[in-house]
Amino acid sequence: MYDFELVKPSTLQEAVAALKDDEAQALGGGQTLLPTMKARLAMAGKMVALSGVAEIKGICTDDAGRICIGGATTHATVAREATGFPALASLAARIGDPAVRNRGTIGGSLANNDPSACYPAGALAANAVIVTPDREIAADDYFQGMFETALDEGEIITEVKFPVPEAAAYEKFIQPASRFPLVAVFVAKFSDGVRVAVTGASSDGVFRWAEAEAALSSDFSAEAVSGLSAPDAGGMISDLHGDGAYRAHLVKVMTARAVKAAH
Amino acid sequence: MPKDTGIGASPKRREDVRFLTGKGRYTDDINVAGQAHVAFLRSDVAHGTINGIDTSAAEAMEGVVRVFTAKDFEGVGGIPCGWQITDRQGNPMQEPKHPVLAEGKVRHVGDPIAAVVAESAAIARDACEAIEVDISDLPAVIDMKKALADGAPKVHDDLTSNLCYDWGFVEENREAVDKAIAEAAHVTTLELVNNRLVANPMEPRVAVGDYAAHDDSSTLYTTSQNPHVIRLLMGAFVLGIPEHKLRVVAPDVGGGFGTKIFHYAEEAFCTFAAKACERPVKWTASRSEAFMSDAHGRDHVTKIELALDADNNFTAIRTETHANMGAYLSTFAPSVPTWLHGTLMAGNYKTPLIYVNVKAVFTNTVPVDAYRGAGRPEATFQLERVIDKAARELGVDPVDLRRQNFVTEFPYATPVAVEYDTGDYGATMDRLLEMIDRDGFEARRKESESRGKLRGLGLNCYIEACGIAPSSLVGQLGARAGLYESATVRVNATGGLVVMTGSHSHGQGHETSFAQVVADMIGIDENQVEIVHGDTANTPMGMGTYGSRSLAVGGSAMVRATEKIIAKAKKIAAHIMEAAEGDIELKDGQFTVAGTDKSMAWGDVTLAAYVPHNYPLEEIEPGLEETAFYDPNNFTYPAGAYACEVEVDPETGRVEVLSFAAADDFGNVVNPMIVEGQVHGGLAQGIGQALFENCAYDEEGQLLSASYMDYSMPRSSDLPMFQVDHSCQTPCTHNPLGVKGCGEAGAIGSPPAIVNGVIDALASAGHDVGHIDMPLTPAKVWAAMQG
Ligand SMILES: Cc1cc2nc3c(=O)[nH]c(=O)nc-3n(C[C@H](O)[C@H](O)[C@H](O)COP(=O)(O)OP(=O)(O)OC[C@H]3O[C@@H](n4cnc5c(N)ncnc54)[C@H](O)[C@@H]3O)c2cc1C
Repeated sequence: MYDFELVKPSTLQEAVAALKDDEAQALGGGQTLLPTMKARLAMAGKMVALSGVAEIKGICTDDAGRICIGGATTHATVAREATGFPALASLAARIGDPAVRNRGTIGGSLANNDPSACYPAGALAANAVIVTPDREIAADDYFQGMFETALDEGEIITEVKFPVPEAAAYEKFIQPASRFPLVAVFVAKFSDGVRVAVTGASSDGVFRWAEAEAALSSDFSAEAVSGLSAPDAGGMISDLHGDGAYRAHLVKVMTARAVKAAH
Repeated sequence: MPKDTGIGASPKRREDVRFLTGKGRYTDDINVAGQAHVAFLRSDVAHGTINGIDTSAAEAMEGVVRVFTAKDFEGVGGIPCGWQITDRQGNPMQEPKHPVLAEGKVRHVGDPIAAVVAESAAIARDACEAIEVDISDLPAVIDMKKALADGAPKVHDDLTSNLCYDWGFVEENREAVDKAIAEAAHVTTLELVNNRLVANPMEPRVAVGDYAAHDDSSTLYTTSQNPHVIRLLMGAFVLGIPEHKLRVVAPDVGGGFGTKIFHYAEEAFCTFAAKACERPVKWTASRSEAFMSDAHGRDHVTKIELALDADNNFTAIRTETHANMGAYLSTFAPSVPTWLHGTLMAGNYKTPLIYVNVKAVFTNTVPVDAYRGAGRPEATFQLERVIDKAARELGVDPVDLRRQNFVTEFPYATPVAVEYDTGDYGATMDRLLEMIDRDGFEARRKESESRGKLRGLGLNCYIEACGIAPSSLVGQLGARAGLYESATVRVNATGGLVVMTGSHSHGQGHETSFAQVVADMIGIDENQVEIVHGDTANTPMGMGTYGSRSLAVGGSAMVRATEKIIAKAKKIAAHIMEAAEGDIELKDGQFTVAGTDKSMAWGDVTLAAYVPHNYPLEEIEPGLEETAFYDPNNFTYPAGAYACEVEVDPETGRVEVLSFAAADDFGNVVNPMIVEGQVHGGLAQGIGQALFENCAYDEEGQLLSASYMDYSMPRSSDLPMFQVDHSCQTPCTHNPLGVKGCGEAGAIGSPPAIVNGVIDALASAGHDVGHIDMPLTPAKVWAAMQG
């Protein structure tokens, strides 16, 4: 790890001000950033810890019935308290191990947008809104490819608002070493249609599987998925743990299982 | 009735109190006053020419003590290899130099190029980044067969090729084996890869070098399974320090699994640099460094053929293996695919003709050496897989086929040079079948099918050669060391004992089980016996702990030394009680005179030895301290039968292990609880190899599985509750305890059971896949099902 300065603001205003510095970087739970820094693959002159900013922590329900999660809320809190959206709570409960869940945050996960992270699938399938100090970004506009998002330099996620689907489930097939998703699928059924978000599979990061959404919007059943052919293996990740064809196949299997589980 | 003390009892491990309460003293807990810290600059390319190294910027940094490169090691020896193999033509293997720091070329990712000694570990790392190395990349050789092709880039320019040796065993049998295979009624052929593994002990390697100017002596604290071997190799071959000026200490060691047997460059570096800098120096490996600098394990590519006659008797085995040595020869690397592998190819079976060919190959990868089982898992895996495949091809029951070919008469001389002293393979198989309810399997399979899963039953036998090894024999086979063990038993005046052993525990529980043996022999409480190991300054010469040898060889030395103690104590007791020596009996810590009511307590006799007022001084010396060395006259041959049931998810290829049963014959057992723990650990490692672990390189020689993000370790949630049994006991006939060793069995016996089980599961759905290479990841199993 290289030397850095650590600031611990206690209000959002102070945090935003501290992040104006070119050298500054937000520190959520550190569960992605710290290992990278320890391996000397990342360095920041100044780390702005968000863990002391009470106003961006915690879970509530807004007037529209959306589950609103503060950007610095840990996975463990979501797992325990997002009872209004059980599929999301279950997603959070399956991230990493207890140590990771007690520190890692939803904001950190969505900001990082790892192509194999869990939250991006939940946010995209539920059509969540990502809130920053100055604006609100729809999930469909937010994810822009692996490790790429609509966030500007120094812009932090203060809240994520999740519309609650009528039925939903998250099916995660783990990569045996990291236990991140090898492929995971979040299926969310709303009154106006079904959204299917896939993580772990594509080298462009999380994506919506349009064919499955169309099929499921008219027939929300696992059989509707069996009728589809697996998505194109072309842009799929191919690595030690599985090639593109295998991942494409898993997308279909996990989608069908998620639909079954959502019933 | 289970005993509650002595041999056969299961007292809790005394060392666990300190391990579980954070009071263990590991090498990294050792900090010597004034110590500086070491960081290594390691190659990030697999193969390249070093054109120049500019250390000036690093040297100028505040807090840097000194920067070392190969030029500082001119006149210093290379890291030696402890075993020389003679090839099929009778020539010695090709043996390249292994410099402490890379000279002229780098040969694998992780090869140390330079080292910085600095005031802190962080400064040392910063300074490494300030070193400028000019390297021209060379094409790397990673695949063994490509490495042997004409015109392949050479890992070592001064060798004739990348072939370390081409070994044939037993060479005289070659033609007879070829003929038997040509004439066989049936031949089953199997090609397979025994996957490369990273040992991953919980404690990474650490070395602390310390030099004392006042008496010109060096001390090395290191994470080692065999401190005396390190003292000998490093002192005599690398640094030229006589053994009486060199002390090697391996305190508590947090797991080794083989990878802490070997002498490493970092140990020699720290010892050398401590003297050069006149400062103690310390290096602690990061986990990332461990992945690219600890010796790896396995990595064999094999073709085996099993010939059977019309009655399904095995008539011949021919096997050809390419064994990866990596870029340099690690301490015992050449012996693993040869003597530790070829001599086990008979397995539990009376196959009359066997020929083993092994080509050891240099590649631009981390050196490969012994890993839990070392050679024996590679032999067992191919043999037990090919037998299963044969049973499937012939449509016979895999248990019947094995039974029919079992060795049943002992001693049995195999066609691969070893003699099994004792065993009962039918008994362990019977015991296994009692444990697994084989008759109920079809019903369980149907139940799995009703849930959309494919269930398989896999079983196999294994045999291993442990208690390594008779020195004269291994000397003939190329070992540059003897493989005896030693113990000094020191009895104190007040009756307590200190046993100083040359064996060294790195998790096996020696402090508990060794104390049980000595206490049992005298009939005193185990707490009266202290076991001391790990420091060359206060233990007799030992060869260390590996090859399931500590109790069989080290324990035997301890028994011999204790016998000498008892014999002398009896003389003292006879003198004091005015009786004939032959009439003295020792039981429950009391000396009695046969046929009388005279008795003396153990402590009274030991006191007399040190306060010799009434003592046979003309006959014997005062004091009670004895040393014994024990050199075994054969290997020991633990054996057993293992079985598992697995469930495959046909949609994803994921394998779940539902149950695992192990019936082992370890001969006599000193501490059943520790034995079971050893089997559990071995099974976890074997299942890890079969399903999860895979050390992978890309074609350029970059390590793809360089962290736990990509190297998959087995976790408790991946494993079923194990059923283990060691009630079949045919005691070893040639060591005083009748013990055989249990440390490696689980890792040797379990991989074929898992693979056999998965093949069986897939066959139940009509997928006749023949073989899948380990690890059986979901992706591979699924791909195999797609045909
Ligand atoms: C062992 C292990 C297992 C894991 N398993 C999983 C898994 O199964 N599934 C999964 O999805 N993840 C997994 N993770 C990752 C984990 O979920 C991380 O918590 C998450 O990816 C990052 O969140 P964080 O709060 O720790 O962010 P940090 O590591 O602190 O930061 C990550 C990045 O986000 C930025 N950042 C942090 N907070 C904010 C914010 N509020 N607004 C804007 N930018 C911000 C940082 O500047 C940095 O660039 C695992 C991690 C570990 C160590």
